[in-house]
Order: sequence, then C-alpha cells, then structure tokens
Amino acid sequence: MAMRSVLIQEDDFDLAEQYQQLRNHCGSTAGAIASFVGLVRDHNAYAGDGGEVASLTLEHYPGMTEASIDNIISSAEEKWPLLGTRVIHRVGALGPADQIVLVLAASAHREAAFAAAHFIMDFLKTQAVFWKKETSSLGERWIESMAEDHDKAQFWEDGPASVNEK
Amino acid sequence: MGSGKKTVAIRVKFFASLRESVGIEEVEVDAETVAALRECLSSRLGLEVLDLLQAEGVQLAINQRFMSEDWRTNDALIPPNAEVAFLPRVTGG
Repeated sequence: MAMRSVLIQEDDFDLAEQYQQLRNHCGSTAGAIASFVGLVRDHNAYAGDGGEVASLTLEHYPGMTEASIDNIISSAEEKWPLLGTRVIHRVGALGPADQIVLVLAASAHREAAFAAAHFIMDFLKTQAVFWKKETSSLGERWIESMAEDHDKAQFWEDGPASVNEK
Repeated sequence: MGSGKKTVAIRVKFFASLRESVGIEEVEVDAETVAALRECLSSRLGLEVLDLLQAEGVQLAINQRFMSEDWRTNDALIPPNAEVAFLPRVTGG
C-alpha cells in the first residue's frame, strides 16, 4: 500500500524536509521521487486585467478538500505503480512568490514519478475544493475557473497512457 | 409553538463568493428534502439569494458529498442533522 499524505495548512513548508520524509519511507524501493512546488505569481496572474497581484487568499472546505485530493491520488495510484505521494496545499493569505502547493510522487521508475506528479497537479487545479480570491491594484475578485486548466486535465482523460509509453 | 411536529435541523454552509453574496457563513433550517430546503432558504434569505445559490456552476454537497448535477430539480432526501453546503465552482490549487 502506497503511503500517502495530504495536508492543508496555512504554514509554509520545506521541500527538503518533505522530500527526506518520503525518501526515508520508501527506502531502497524507490528509484525516483518527482517533486513539484507551485508559487504565487505576482503579475496579471489570473484575472487577466493587468492588475499587479498584492495577495492571493485561498479558502477550503475542511474535510471535503482533503477528500477531493485523496480521490486525485487514488486515480494516480490506479494509473501508475506509486510507492508514496505527498501533497501539501496552503490556504489563507499568500503573497507573490510564496509557495502555495507541494506535490511529491515516488516510484520505482522516473516515468511513473514524473507522470503522477504532473497528473496530480493538473487535477488539483480543476478538482480540488479550493477557491481563490485575488487582491490586485485593481481591487478584489474571486477567480473564475480557467478553461485552460480544464483542457490540461482533459488531456489525461483522453490519453494518459501516452505519457507512460514514451 | 409546541405543535409537537418533529423538526429536523440541518446546517447550511456557504463558501467563498457565495458566502460573501449571501452575507452569512451558515444558517440552520428545518428541511427533509432538497425541495423543502429551497423553500426554506427562499423564505429566509429571499428569492434573489436562492437564484444565486442555484446559479450555473454551483454545486450542492450533503454531508460533504457532491450531489448529482440535477440537484436543482430533484427532490433528494436530506438526512437529519446533515451538513449541507453550497459551493461555487472550485478554482483549484
């Protein structure tokens, strides 16, 4: 049974520490651990109105948000032979360049680790229960769901196998 | 008023943009079905708010499980003491 950990927190995280914990857990069975860290962009990030982003506030639904991420990880585990996964998502008020999300995926081989981390991240953007509010020089607004992100998630529905085969 | 009618309180939560539009975080109502819930919310919060809650993209969750897309028209049962939530379209991580 692959080890998984899902944390929603206001605090920042330390990539090296998280990586080390997953690495220790997997021992010599892991041939690869792929890591991804998402950061808050500072300019024209989401609204597309040219306003400079002062802060991003993330809201979640405790319990349901964790379950939504757990579902994404389950889907990834069905597609690739994973040894462990770790997701940390921050909530609350974040500023430009702050770390917002961490995804780690461990597997015996790099293809599965890369693909799973990519997959989990793409679905975090569309399926995970979070809402983002952007405060920019032009005011405050709730961010709309982005078609581009849905296209990226759709890619996995259309042909997830293609990543594994290459 | 001591009518003896058994009432079933459910907690209704509003998130993100909906919470701000509705103006409150949660409300308690007595409703055993989604149809009854709609009626309660309409009389408590007004038709305009009900329209917002039923706008395209809004999802309904009962006890933290998403209801099917036809929740606006079906008449699903709501278990006693349920936690019901109106969720605007999620905008991801």
